[in-house]
Amino acid sequence: MTATIPARLTRAGLVATARILISLRAIDLPPPGGAPRILVANHVSHADFVALWSALPKPHRLRTRPVAGADYWERSAIRRWIAHQVFRAVLIDRDPASRRADPVETVAEVLRGGEDVIFFPEGTRNLTDARLLPLKSGIYHLARAVPEAEIVPAWILNLDRILPKGAFLPVPLNCAVRFGGPMRVETGESREDFLQRLAAAMLALAEAKG
Amino acid sequence: MDRFHSPSAFFFYGLFAFLILASLVARMLIRSGRVAGPTAQNLADRIRAWWVMIGVLALIFTLGAGAITLFFALCSMAALREFATITHTRRDDHDGLAIAFYLILPLQYLLVYFHVPVFAALLIPVYSFLLLPVVTVFKGEVQGFLTRVSETQWGLMVCVYCVSHIPAILTLDIPDYRYSAFTLVAWLILVVQASDVLQYVWGKSIGRHLLAPRVSPSKTVEGLVGGVLSASALGVALTPFTPFRWWEAGLIALTVTTFGFFGGLIMSAIKRDRGVKDWGTLVQGHGGILDRLDSLVFSAPIFLHILAWGWM
Repeated sequence: MTATIPARLTRAGLVATARILISLRAIDLPPPGGAPRILVANHVSHADFVALWSALPKPHRLRTRPVAGADYWERSAIRRWIAHQVFRAVLIDRDPASRRADPVETVAEVLRGGEDVIFFPEGTRNLTDARLLPLKSGIYHLARAVPEAEIVPAWILNLDRILPKGAFLPVPLNCAVRFGGPMRVETGESREDFLQRLAAAMLALAEAKG
Repeated sequence: MDRFHSPSAFFFYGLFAFLILASLVARMLIRSGRVAGPTAQNLADRIRAWWVMIGVLALIFTLGAGAITLFFALCSMAALREFATITHTRRDDHDGLAIAFYLILPLQYLLVYFHVPVFAALLIPVYSFLLLPVVTVFKGEVQGFLTRVSETQWGLMVCVYCVSHIPAILTLDIPDYRYSAFTLVAWLILVVQASDVLQYVWGKSIGRHLLAPRVSPSKTVEGLVGGVLSASALGVALTPFTPFRWWEAGLIALTVTTFGFFGGLIMSAIKRDRGVKDWGTLVQGHGGILDRLDSLVFSAPIFLHILAWGWM
């Protein structure tokens, strides 16, 4: 599906704004290894996936689709347009009672099609003082469903200060996305062990300096 | 065209000639292998960044006072961004920071440009000092309150208030001075930045005794004395373009370069405390814009006051 001109302009505008206003940059992004990627990051602001997406080099960005909650993004025409046309988001129904498709399978299909996804393993925005909420098991099931995919942990710096919940005006602080080395579920690794290893990798990126 | 024959224009011709020379020497040093590896890369980056910085300065000096004021307003914005990024501010400080960036900063430069010196002198030290914490206090978060509001105020003082003194020099009308205040801005920037470069050069070549090892591992006594004295000699050499007598030029140059040195040292202490090496990545090879601006931040207000009290 080729993007419409307004969608392309919106993309270009968002990337330019992020680069100029908050000096957005990617740190230590591992070079692509051929396998589809699940980019996994902390989630503190609605702008998180925009930041992570904008920090990627263009060819990489064009094949990267954010995974987002349908309940939020299907709510109005403008949100639907942003989700579908601008970001080609993979929308999943977070409510087990109402959903008709298995969200893990929906995302897995995208990865099998050779595209990358942005995934927030906390499942929701973290509005607490803790750095990271306990990770939901979705990422483990996704990794098991697409064993060839590599999981790239990332940490988005400062975005909770730039655009906190309830604010509409971003404050220009320097923003960076720090990436870690690709990971996979080891053979025989339990869900708890894997989630713990992933959380530790993410927190290590949060603590890193320079 | 007068602006191409003004003293500041000649400063820039001289600087471009010097940059060509510096680029050639650097290329020779790198070719011959006397400078290699990351040092060579850093040297090349630094010189390229100087080309950009001096090119931009030359352009805005040609365009006039509005362009110079706008340029330093943008510098303030980038500097405040670097400063605020490494503070302890949290999401509860968002509104206070938004007011600092989008209201106080533009207002300060409008007051400077439209020459309202009394308000320009009071806006940040008095009104932002009193009112900005009010915005934050209603958020109800008391943890680190003093630290957070002080850091925001410090950021505004350093990055906006002090930097705005550079274009404020343009509003001075000095009696019996045959050149314009543009020349004095160029003289200040030239002497203070030359002092930074010369401190680096003297320090690298004969520096032995560390001045403040815990604050800055690269600053030496030899670098400081050599840099400040040789930059002051440059200030004296440019006396014919200033309203000063030669010994006055020397004393003023000594004062502004000394304050510039204090600025570098203080800003280094802040970086060290916050665990960063550079303020940012905006200026290739130099770090952030505050890494380049720190000495001017501390010298510009002093220079403005010397001019205002001594020559008006």
